[in-house]
Amino acid sequence: MFFRKPFKPDKKEIKAEVWRKCDSCGETLHIAQLEKNLWVCPKCSFHFRIPAKKYIEYIFEKESFVELFNEIESDDPLNFPDYKKKLKKAKEKTGLKEACITGKGKIDKFTVCAFISDFSFIGGSMGSAYGEKFYRICEHAVSEKLPLISITSSGGGARMQEGILSLMQLVKTNLGVKLLEENKIPYITVLCDPTMGGVMASFAALGDISLAEKGALLGFAGPRVIEQTIRQKLPEGFQRAEFQLEHGMIDEVIDRRELKKKLIKILNILWD
Amino acid sequence: MLEFEKPVYELEKKINELKILSKSRPELLEEITRLEKKLEKVKEDVYKNLSSWQIVQIARHPDRPHSIDFINGICGEFFEIRGDRFFGDDSSVIAGIGKIDKTKFVIVGQEKGRSTKEKIDRNFGMPHPEGYRKAMRAFSIAEKFCFPVITFVDTPGAYPGIGAEERGQAWAISMSIYRMIGLKVPIITFIIGEGGSGGALAIGVGDKVFALEYSIYSVISPEGCAAILFRDSSKASKAAEHLKLTAKNLLEFGIVDEIIKEPKGGAHRNKEEIFERVKEKIMETYEELKKIKIDELLRKRKEKYLKIGIYKEVKNGTTGNT
Ligand SMILES: [Zn+2]
Repeated sequence: MFFRKPFKPDKKEIKAEVWRKCDSCGETLHIAQLEKNLWVCPKCSFHFRIPAKKYIEYIFEKESFVELFNEIESDDPLNFPDYKKKLKKAKEKTGLKEACITGKGKIDKFTVCAFISDFSFIGGSMGSAYGEKFYRICEHAVSEKLPLISITSSGGGARMQEGILSLMQLVKTNLGVKLLEENKIPYITVLCDPTMGGVMASFAALGDISLAEKGALLGFAGPRVIEQTIRQKLPEGFQRAEFQLEHGMIDEVIDRRELKKKLIKILNILWD
Repeated sequence: MLEFEKPVYELEKKINELKILSKSRPELLEEITRLEKKLEKVKEDVYKNLSSWQIVQIARHPDRPHSIDFINGICGEFFEIRGDRFFGDDSSVIAGIGKIDKTKFVIVGQEKGRSTKEKIDRNFGMPHPEGYRKAMRAFSIAEKFCFPVITFVDTPGAYPGIGAEERGQAWAISMSIYRMIGLKVPIITFIIGEGGSGGALAIGVGDKVFALEYSIYSVISPEGCAAILFRDSSKASKAAEHLKLTAKNLLEFGIVDEIIKEPKGGAHRNKEEIFERVKEKIMETYEELKKIKIDELLRKRKEKYLKIGIYKEVKNGTTGNT
């Protein structure tokens, strides 16, 4: 399990509501400027983590996106310490009911299904509801003959609070991908910062085409766990999107501002 | 020897000593009989109400039979395949072709190693991507020759290291799972010791999944969970309870189909007995599975895994559990 330090605005210098400091270059940036730039630092092109709803806004044609399966929510099957509280807090904070949004909408001339996870909902982790929603959107894509686009960000992968049931979602989501394969439905993955653990080790690894946002941390074990195991510091850039491209794990590292254009380009060939 | 096993081992030691002495002093036989009765009672008390944490310790017991022991104990013949044909051979995964009585099988299992040197050589049973790619080679052999597959799951987890990540650990695990869900031969899986997260599941998808009575299977180690939950990895015993990782829990959640009873105190207390039981279970299960047409078998495999998960479906304001 790996989590990056949460962003803490320095109150003396900046008002958090209007200004944000770039996590990478330290530049103080106006929120409006960042919004316009799709939350990419104009100075160093660092990609801020953004909520699932932002991806919908950035990729889909205005008001074309319809949410599906949002009646599916997490339960607390293990009666795990603080899980109910955690879920409640995550719901309040994000306005979501689960760590992912599933639905369909239009990208340019293409109607597509989408699965988009949200890091700010318990680290974008995968529990039973998450796995079920992924499978359902695959079924939907098959029955409506629509391509599926998956956008992931998940710190730890499988959600600890649902124990072994979370782990088994690796199988369920892979069954979803298999359904797509059997029905010749295009499946494009967009890997965002971070996509780790059981999410990376299941459906996120199986895209026909796999894109990754600049600088996204992608892999199985988190850097902290690896450092503790091997007792040495990891090299700069380890497990980042650029590293994974070099090691043959993804097709392209993309800038978020180009994401929509890239998806259209791929769909134009796969689905025209 | 585990702390809670001590009374059992001490009493057994005493009985053995008396047995040697009794050869020249037959009057001791009465005392031996008395102690043997007492031993049964002590065993009963020690092993009756084991905590989750004690079960974790048995699952990791240094004398617990490993994949290699099951293979040697069950197979008449076995030929080990080596290497993934991409990068190297990962000896934390043993794969090969073998015969049990007259039936041919492909067998894959994680192997922790026994001696210190062997443990290091086998990386304590923590596979690199090569291990999973070797497993996939074995699955392909199984499909080509229509051999059923047996897998033995016993790993703390996939190895968290630089090389493992450089060579796509996550991708290897996912592809192995993907291969197994569509594999066109019966798969019988045994959780024999420690089922450590994705690294275990990568060879753990089966038509029938059995768990040995004192085996565990979890999304995260109790130590790792305690570090996150209580910021204290020494509270692992508490975390183990919360994780619901015992064979009994797994059966309740539908993760395993059946529990295989172990000799009192754990498989290490009588290895021959557990080999015999597992062998019987393999033959019995295969007899049952081979009657099912492959399309039907794949459909059933899929349905079984689609059923796993507990969530809420809130429709029109009503809440229903699935
Ligand atoms: Zn910057």
